[in-house]
Amino acid sequence: MDPLLVLAQTLNGIQFGVMLFLMAAGLTLVFGIMNLINLAHGSFYMVGAYAAAATFQATHSFLVAVIAGIGAGVVVGLAVEIVVFRRLYARDHLDQVLATFGLILFFNEVVRMIWGSTALYATVPPFLAGQVEILPGTPYPAYRLAIIAVGLTVAALLYLLVGKTRLGMLIRAGASDRVMLGALGVNVKILYTLVFGLGATLAALAGLMAGPIFTVQSGMGENVLILAFVVIVIGGIGSIRGAFAAALLVGFVDTMGRAFLRPLLATVMSHAAADNAGPALASMLIYLLMAAVLFFRPRGLFPPRTR
Amino acid sequence: MKRILTTAFALCLIAGSATAAETVKIGFITTLSGPAGIIGKHMKDAADLALKELHGKLGGVNTEIVYGDDQFKPDVGRQVAEEMLKRDKVNFITGVIWSNVLLAIRQPVLSSGTILISANAGPHELAGAQCAPNFFSTSWQNDETPEAMGQYMTEHKITDVYVMAPNYAAGHDMVTGFKRYFKGKVAAEVYTNLGQSDYQAEISNIRAAKPKAVFVFLPGGMGIQFVKQYAQSGLRDQIPLYSVFTADETTLPAIGAAAAGNYEAGFWNADLDNPANKKFVSAFRKAYGYIPSYYAAQSYDAIKLIDSAIRAVHGNLKNTKGMIAAMDKAHFASVRGPFKYNTNHFPIENFYLFRIVKAADGVYVRKTESVVFHNHKDAYYSECHMAM
Repeated sequence: MDPLLVLAQTLNGIQFGVMLFLMAAGLTLVFGIMNLINLAHGSFYMVGAYAAAATFQATHSFLVAVIAGIGAGVVVGLAVEIVVFRRLYARDHLDQVLATFGLILFFNEVVRMIWGSTALYATVPPFLAGQVEILPGTPYPAYRLAIIAVGLTVAALLYLLVGKTRLGMLIRAGASDRVMLGALGVNVKILYTLVFGLGATLAALAGLMAGPIFTVQSGMGENVLILAFVVIVIGGIGSIRGAFAAALLVGFVDTMGRAFLRPLLATVMSHAAADNAGPALASMLIYLLMAAVLFFRPRGLFPPRTR
Repeated sequence: MKRILTTAFALCLIAGSATAAETVKIGFITTLSGPAGIIGKHMKDAADLALKELHGKLGGVNTEIVYGDDQFKPDVGRQVAEEMLKRDKVNFITGVIWSNVLLAIRQPVLSSGTILISANAGPHELAGAQCAPNFFSTSWQNDETPEAMGQYMTEHKITDVYVMAPNYAAGHDMVTGFKRYFKGKVAAEVYTNLGQSDYQAEISNIRAAKPKAVFVFLPGGMGIQFVKQYAQSGLRDQIPLYSVFTADETTLPAIGAAAAGNYEAGFWNADLDNPANKKFVSAFRKAYGYIPSYYAAQSYDAIKLIDSAIRAVHGNLKNTKGMIAAMDKAHFASVRGPFKYNTNHFPIENFYLFRIVKAADGVYVRKTESVVFHNHKDAYYSECHMAM
C-alpha cells in the first residue's frame, strides 16, 4: 500500500474526527450533566452554517462570517435553553425526545422560510482556498488543515476548562452527581444555561466550518447528529476526554474503511463481490465498533466517575 | 398538505358530482419537503406555468392540478397515488422524480386505467418488460444520459476513467448505462454511501490512482459536496470531471465556481434553440426569477402532452384509447424540439454535451457544446410487447 496515501487518509480521518468532536462535546456535556437528550443539537450546527454562509455572501469577510456564525449559535442556544429546555429538565426522556424532535422540524422550516429550499452557496475564504504540500507530492487542502488546527485548539482549551478551572470542576461534579451539587449550594440553573450555551456554540462552530465543504441546506444537522450520538456512546456519556478519543477513533475507522476496505476485500474475493461488499461493510464499520465497545465496556471508553 | 387535501375533499362532497365531468383533474406527485424539495419546486412551478399559459384549460376543459408530496419515500408515494385515484378521481397522474416511487405506484395507477406520465423517473422495468399502453415518459430512460457521456468520452478517446456513484439501484443503472457506450479503460468503479457528505477519503484515493478523467453520478446534496471538495483538493485542474445529474440548475447556485469547466450530458438545456424552448425559458425566468432545470422542462412538457391528448378527443375524457393514440403522436410543441415516441412510449430524442460556464450575469450555467446522439433510443424497448 502506498504510504503517502495512508498518510493522506490518516489526515482525513483526523479531520473528520475533530469535526465530530466539536459536535459530540456539546452533546455529551448536555446529556451527561443535565441528563437531557437533545435531538435538536444538529439544529445549532445548521444555524451556525447558515448564519456564516449568509454573512460571508453579504460582507465577503470571513472574519465577520465566523463571528456571525458563533454569535448565532450563542444567541439561539441560550434562547432555546431559556424558553424550552428549562421546562424539560424534570421531564422524562420521552418528553425530551418529542420536544427536541419538534425543535428540529421548527428550525428546518425556519431556515427554509428565510433562505428557501435551494442549498445556500458557501465557499472557502480565498486565503485558505489552496493546497499545502505536506510531503513532496502530497498536496492537502489548506482549509481542511485549518479545520484540524481549530479542532485541536478547541479540544485543548476544553481540556483546560474542564480539568483546571472552577467552572470545569463544577461541570465534572455535575456529571458525577447533580443532586449533591445542588445540595452543596451551587446555582445549578446558571450552570446549566452556561453549559448548554457552550454546547450550542461548539455545534455552531462545527457548522460554520462545515459549510464550505458540505451542503448548507435545511436538515443538514441530522446527518452529523447520528454520528455524534455514536461518538458519545463510545466515549462514555458525560466525558469530554471520552468524546475526543471516540471522535478520533470513529473518524479514523470510517475513513480507513471507505478508503481501503474495498481494495483489501478484492485481494481475497472477486472484484465484483468486493465492489458490493466493500461499501456495504464500510458503512457498517462504526456501528460494529460501537457494538464491540458496548460489549466490552458497557459504559463507554472513559465514563465519568460516579458515586 | 393533508389539511388542504381534506378540505378539498370536503368541498368536493358539497359541490357534488355534477362538476366532476366538467373539469380535468391531474394528480402531480413530486417531492415538496426535505432537501429534495427544490426539485419539486422546479416541477410545480413549471406545471403551474404550463397551465397558466393555457388559461387554466387543457384541451379546452377546465383543469385542476392536485399536488401530492411523496416525501422521497415509495410507500408515501403509493399512498398519495391511491388517494388521488380514489378520493380525487384524477384523470391523469404525472410528476414522479424517483424510480423507486414510480415502480411503487405503477401497479395501482396503471391497473385503474388512469394514464400515467413520468416527468422524470425512467426505470428500465417500465421501458422493457413492464411497459404499458397507458404509461408515457416526457423525460428519458435512466441509462440514456450516462450512455451519452460514455459515447462522448469514447469519441474523444478519453480512457482510464475513474467511475463513482452511490451504492443504490439508480447508481448501478447509471454505471451500466455509461459502460454500454464507453469503450475505454475503467480505472476503478467505486460505490459510495447514499447521502454521504464527505468525499475526502475517495478524493485521496483518486489522487493516488492518477486516472485521466473522473465520471460521477452524485445527484442533489451529494453532488454539491463532491464537486466543491474536488475543486478544493486541487484535482479539478489536473483530472477533468465528467458527471450526469450532478451539476444542474438545482445544485449550481450552491456549487458556483467550483463546477466551472466540468462536463455534463442531457436531453435538454435552457439554451436549446427552438421557439417553444425560448418561450418557456423566458416566461419561466420572468415568472419565478430563476433558471429552469430539466426537471422543470419535463414537467412543462407533461402538461402540454396532456393538453394535446384532451384536445384530440374534444374533451371526451372517457375516450382513453383515443387519448393514448393522440399522445403516441407527440403532437405538441416540446421544449426539446420535435420528437417521436418509441414503441415503449419513451421519447426518441437527442442527447447533448454541456459544459459549466459563467454566464454574463455572473451565475454558473450549463452551456450546450455538441450533439452526442441524434434520435437516440433506449436499450430496453425491444423487450416491450405492448398489448393494446
